[in-house]
Amino acid sequence: MSKIVRVGAGQGFWGDDIDAPRRQVEGGQLDYLMLDYLAEVTMSILQKQKERDPSLGYARDFVGAMESVMPAVTGRGVKVIANAGGVNPPACAAAVKAIAEKAGANGKVRIGVVTGDDLLSSIDELIGKGHSLSNMDTGEPLSTVRDRVLSANAYIGSEPIVEALAKGANVVITGRSTDTALTMAPIRHEFGWGATSWDKLAAGIVAGHIIECGAQCSGGNCLYDWQTIPDLANVGYPLVEASADGSFVVTKHPNTGGRVSVRSVTEQLVYEMGDPHSYITPDVIADFTTIQLSDDGKDRVRVSGIKGKPPTDKLKVSIAYRAGFKAVGTLVYAWPDALDKAQLADRILRERLDRLGLRFERILTEFVGANATHGPLSGDQHEAPEVQLRFGVRGEKAAVERFTREIAPLVLNGPPSVTGFAGGRPKVEEIVAYWPALIDKSVVKTSVQIIQ
Amino acid sequence: MKVRLVDIAHARSGDKGDTANVGLIAIEPRWYDLLVQAVTTERVTRHFQGMIDGPVQRYELPNLKALNFLLHGALDGGGTLSLKTDAQGKVYSTALLRMVLDVPDRQAKELGLPEAR
Repeated sequence: MSKIVRVGAGQGFWGDDIDAPRRQVEGGQLDYLMLDYLAEVTMSILQKQKERDPSLGYARDFVGAMESVMPAVTGRGVKVIANAGGVNPPACAAAVKAIAEKAGANGKVRIGVVTGDDLLSSIDELIGKGHSLSNMDTGEPLSTVRDRVLSANAYIGSEPIVEALAKGANVVITGRSTDTALTMAPIRHEFGWGATSWDKLAAGIVAGHIIECGAQCSGGNCLYDWQTIPDLANVGYPLVEASADGSFVVTKHPNTGGRVSVRSVTEQLVYEMGDPHSYITPDVIADFTTIQLSDDGKDRVRVSGIKGKPPTDKLKVSIAYRAGFKAVGTLVYAWPDALDKAQLADRILRERLDRLGLRFERILTEFVGANATHGPLSGDQHEAPEVQLRFGVRGEKAAVERFTREIAPLVLNGPPSVTGFAGGRPKVEEIVAYWPALIDKSVVKTSVQIIQ
Repeated sequence: MKVRLVDIAHARSGDKGDTANVGLIAIEPRWYDLLVQAVTTERVTRHFQGMIDGPVQRYELPNLKALNFLLHGALDGGGTLSLKTDAQGKVYSTALLRMVLDVPDRQAKELGLPEAR
């Protein structure tokens, strides 16, 4: 029988089910466990933690996850690949090493640490050399927010992970690897795909896209026929069974809940999609219009036909910067005329903020229960049993703080039938915003270190 | 005949900065052509009037029986800047499904489309 490589997802973001990695390695056969911890602004949160304590700056949940899967790693040879390193992969590796020692797994855990994606310390040098790091969406040069930058990381591809595996690592820890590379790299390593096997690399990327959000392809957040999806309490996280020709099957372990179907996989394929002809990654550009899906039995979907083409000579850079403050306050108004009451409260609040002389970059009012998510499409909601006034402001700290004192008074001095204010004053939050940019690939040098 | 999009398609949405994407998928493969013909860029632009600031782009994925819409300027700045409940555009998909199509009776019958209740 021809070789199959099984890569399973155990984490779709930092904050996902902490028991999923263990269930994924114990529930059935698996060769690689893939854990994705990084969303767009996660790096900046980790950077703040590292500033406070230089031994931090990585996804600490990963250490607990490693503890829970250690018997599978040392006993059955399951390998783990995670971008849990955040802005400090070496510190993450040291924490995992300590866990391994505690578990008496000395010598059985070889950690591959991938670094080189962190560009924070070289931003000025890069700008000096003519790399403007302009915002991909707005075109503004980075110099407009340079003094407020918190973190800057290039999205790196599969090569350093493949290198770590080739050097015998059974745990690979990266920083800002692309989510998809975490899945594609082990498949590429196992089948020895070269750097120009465009179609196969693209297939690995599509496999990664399908499972990178964890259970979102295996029944979670699935709109189609959601009422009949079984046992989401025990939802099975997805895995791919990859073949040497680039085709693969998406499935999940037996005796788990959820559902893997052509429709559940299609929903995940279109998630966060841009131009489907060009899904750009550091390794390859995948063409999503070439993906063929077919039913391969219960909870099994076969994926084939994928075409890829050479990537660009750029890498995307994820930059996070401080962008002011925000706060959101809410109050709930009840029938009769719930919406009208909430609308009056909104007008009063705006007038009071105006009289206080407070200026904001942005004020946004929503009426939750009436039109917050569907806007004018919601139809007439004047008979709603209750409506939540949701009032948000963004601006300088002092103004936002002053705003947070203006919600509670409305309970006694505003429109009637108001409740739902037990949470107290709204919390003032510092905004860390995302600045996407591009950089020449040649500038980013990754390296791999093996720690035993 | 009036046909509700929610009865003939399912959808998922997400974000990239201030742009929401909505992937719209035909429930029956034979209904895909109707989506291509009726759920046009212009129609979707009108549908979301007052909800988005930027243009709408549409891509066709006949292999998945799906259309992908990019709704620019849909997320009040997007990411952490946004003050919206749906700052990541997670449920724009369902707002698109509120659309009601006018389908000629004969075509609707041939395709076995469910009539709007």
